Amino acid sequence: MGRYLKKGGPSVLLLTAAALALAGCTAASGNDRPAVAASAAAGDEPYASTYERYPGVPTAIVGATIYDGAGGMIENGVVLFADGEVVGIGGADLAIPAGYTRVDGTGRFVTPGIIDIHSHLGDYPTPSVQAHSDGNEATDPTTPEVWAEHSVWPQDPGFSRALANGGITSLQILPGSANLMGGRSVTLKNVPSRTVQGMKFPGAPYSMKMACGENPKRVYGGRGRMPSTRMGNFAVNRETWIAAQEYAAEENPDRDLAMETLAGVLNGDILIQNHCYRADEMALVMSMADEFGYQVTAFHHAVESYKIADMLRDNDVCSAVWADWYGFKMEAYDAIPENAALIHNQGACVVIHSDDENGIQRLNQEAAKAQADGRRMGIEIADADVISWITLNAARAMGIADMTGSLEAGKMADVVLWNGDPLSIYSRPEMVWIDGAVMYDMNDPRMRPVSDFELGQPGEGDVK
Amino acid sequence: MKRLLTLAASAAALTASPALAQNVAITGATVALGDGSEPIENATVVVQNGRVVAAGTGVAVPAGVTVLDGSGTWVTPGLFASVTNLGLVDVDAVSESNDVDADDSPFSAALDVAPVINPMAQDFGYSRAGGVTRASVMPEAGASIFGGQGAIVDLGADFDAVRHPRAFQVVEFGERGARLAGGSRTAVHTLLRNALHEAGSYEQDAQSRSGSRDAGQPEFPGLDSRRPNNVDRQGDVLLTRFDAAALVPVVRGEQKLYVKVERASDILTALALREEFPALDMVLVGAAEGWMVAEQIAAAGVPVITAALRDLPVSFEQLAATQSNVGRMVDAGVRVAIGGYDSSGDHPRNLPQQAGNMVALNRVPGATGLTWGEALATITSVAAEVAGLGGRVGVLSAGAHGDLVVWDGDPLETSSAPVRVFVDGVEQPLTNHQTRLRDRYRTLDESERPRAYER
Repeated sequence: MGRYLKKGGPSVLLLTAAALALAGCTAASGNDRPAVAASAAAGDEPYASTYERYPGVPTAIVGATIYDGAGGMIENGVVLFADGEVVGIGGADLAIPAGYTRVDGTGRFVTPGIIDIHSHLGDYPTPSVQAHSDGNEATDPTTPEVWAEHSVWPQDPGFSRALANGGITSLQILPGSANLMGGRSVTLKNVPSRTVQGMKFPGAPYSMKMACGENPKRVYGGRGRMPSTRMGNFAVNRETWIAAQEYAAEENPDRDLAMETLAGVLNGDILIQNHCYRADEMALVMSMADEFGYQVTAFHHAVESYKIADMLRDNDVCSAVWADWYGFKMEAYDAIPENAALIHNQGACVVIHSDDENGIQRLNQEAAKAQADGRRMGIEIADADVISWITLNAARAMGIADMTGSLEAGKMADVVLWNGDPLSIYSRPEMVWIDGAVMYDMNDPRMRPVSDFELGQPGEGDVK
Repeated sequence: MKRLLTLAASAAALTASPALAQNVAITGATVALGDGSEPIENATVVVQNGRVVAAGTGVAVPAGVTVLDGSGTWVTPGLFASVTNLGLVDVDAVSESNDVDADDSPFSAALDVAPVINPMAQDFGYSRAGGVTRASVMPEAGASIFGGQGAIVDLGADFDAVRHPRAFQVVEFGERGARLAGGSRTAVHTLLRNALHEAGSYEQDAQSRSGSRDAGQPEFPGLDSRRPNNVDRQGDVLLTRFDAAALVPVVRGEQKLYVKVERASDILTALALREEFPALDMVLVGAAEGWMVAEQIAAAGVPVITAALRDLPVSFEQLAATQSNVGRMVDAGVRVAIGGYDSSGDHPRNLPQQAGNMVALNRVPGATGLTWGEALATITSVAAEVAGLGGRVGVLSAGAHGDLVVWDGDPLETSSAPVRVFVDGVEQPLTNHQTRLRDRYRTLDESERPRAYER
């Protein structure tokens, strides 16, 4: 049901003090805030991130196969990180500085932390009761004034599942697709927190969610108001952009939350994440972006991107897609499992997304299926490139690629150690580090966060 | 259509297929029998006259049989997809094309999917290309706790899909049932018990009136669940005559009752229904908290159909959901089939992915998964057993239906897919709307003419 309009997913993780002490006990490691956090928090930005990285130890993962997220692969490699940052990666000959804790990577694989560009964890949390339905402000077809972070429930149990089963270290929470302009997204670090500010990804730009096609016209047409057609969708959008251009041209305009978001899009500070299924509509949306002078960063769902992959490449627009969801609504009727491979084959940008509290636990498997469907039609895509679909490409389309998404020296030490090839069905995350701190360890039950909601409930602390 | 399908179902399955069954042997393949055993390398499978003759090593290929070199491939029984909506839907959200539920109908238990299943629906072909050769098709409850009667189909590319019409009745027993029944689980219990009692007394009235059972239906000896007798009923009757008639075979244990239930306590009360209605032949569908009462489910001998990867407290009846649910129930001795739609991405074509995840789970400390052989069985032999077709479907043993899938690798692996699919020994086409689109848009060159001319 979620696919028609909304998505849900859920929850949160709380690290115990014992776990933190364990993670922090081995070597000298400061609790320095990442520089980006300081800069983001220093301004007058409202609801600023209060996230600080948790203590970690200088760590060397030795002997693993490394996918660096940027298309590189190293067998029997070494990954070094310390003070929350990647120090370097290399082959078996890479020198390991003194004081580093060694993690045996033999027979295992390392990737950057997995990133989901399209999640509704927290704004459609589990349990999926009506009282938790906070993802669509479906009272007006344009609501650029709402911010997804004001809906996110940090106790959604889905966050912990995404961490432990999916290796998710960063994710973008989007408003739903009932509205043409659904509001601002928020990008989170997948760390347990009492507050959403404690999860906010320091320095991540905002995006605005837009939606074309069936959902907005159904929601509002069903109430006898505009838009009730696809042409109505465009008319409402264009009228709104005209108003935004006028607002942006004013010297000292009165505060207007909706217009502030739209002006942010027009001046390039806020990215556009555009839910859109059909090829012809995506082409029209790109023309609308030209008309008003903004850039669509990514089309989401984009099940027909394969029909216009050349145009998407030429317009530098990513496609955030499922591997093989299809047929559940009219505009998904032409979805094909080779979509991702065909987009990639044209040189356009592919991101594999979930839009689902279950799918977010298996983005690696979805990417692997999409790779194999391409291979069967003769499109060979290297494993390391496929990993970039769920790491660096997602980071790029979320505006955080300078901070995370690949294992490059100086980037955040967001790292997953897998107990096998992440493109195999038989592999699971074994350890997950966020900013160099261990946040999940398959072999240590204390390193498995449990949300407040699950305490005292049947199955509390179960492997899930 | 309905009459034709009924006749076909009572005939030998292999003669019901319009295409000619092939006599074929696949040699040198890695063969998984589907019975829970581990795969066998360099093995042979022989199918003659639509039936499996032999599978394993040391199998002689009879004369006159077409031999296919299976080296580098895997062979399994065709997948059995449990509780699907195959043939009931073209596009879920296009209500005109969706026959899954009938929420404005005055009827409930009498609703029957058999005559409305459309084997030409794209999802049939798409699932077939994914290696699904048989499936149960389940209606959803719309206006009452009873969803109506489901069927068993094969996925051969012909109109003869329905092999077993009216194979099971569906009842909603949990939160959704409570809403449908009137707002509380108390109403579910009362409505269900009342309905089964009405069906029981209806049968008695019918027999005393007619003096004999209707002998026209070989599938379900006795009263035809589609044709109520002209019985005058007394008192506060809540079921239509058609619905009461439809529940007679359920009360008699001649038609399975698929009970949709999640919460552990609800599972126990569902099992306890048999104290009052001892003949009930139940299957639990869902059972998210089944692992908590696995011993009781096993002791009752009641099988389970569930999606494998449910691990979130989606509702207050699924608080204990865990991916270890399947493994723990299997370890307790419950027969578990993986199937159904739990998340938006679930599709019969992805059943191997769910099963493969159960194998991966075995490597996570504290979790309970399945062996490779057990995992494949949940979507082949066990699924067929739960549907009442044990030994005949979902297994490569002598005499079983010649449903085969040849895979380009380990069938549970993300990278693998079917390369050949056989139903009753007949090789099936693997093309569909999706493959045609793939081929049309392989390139985007329109320098000569539009893509619309490419087909």
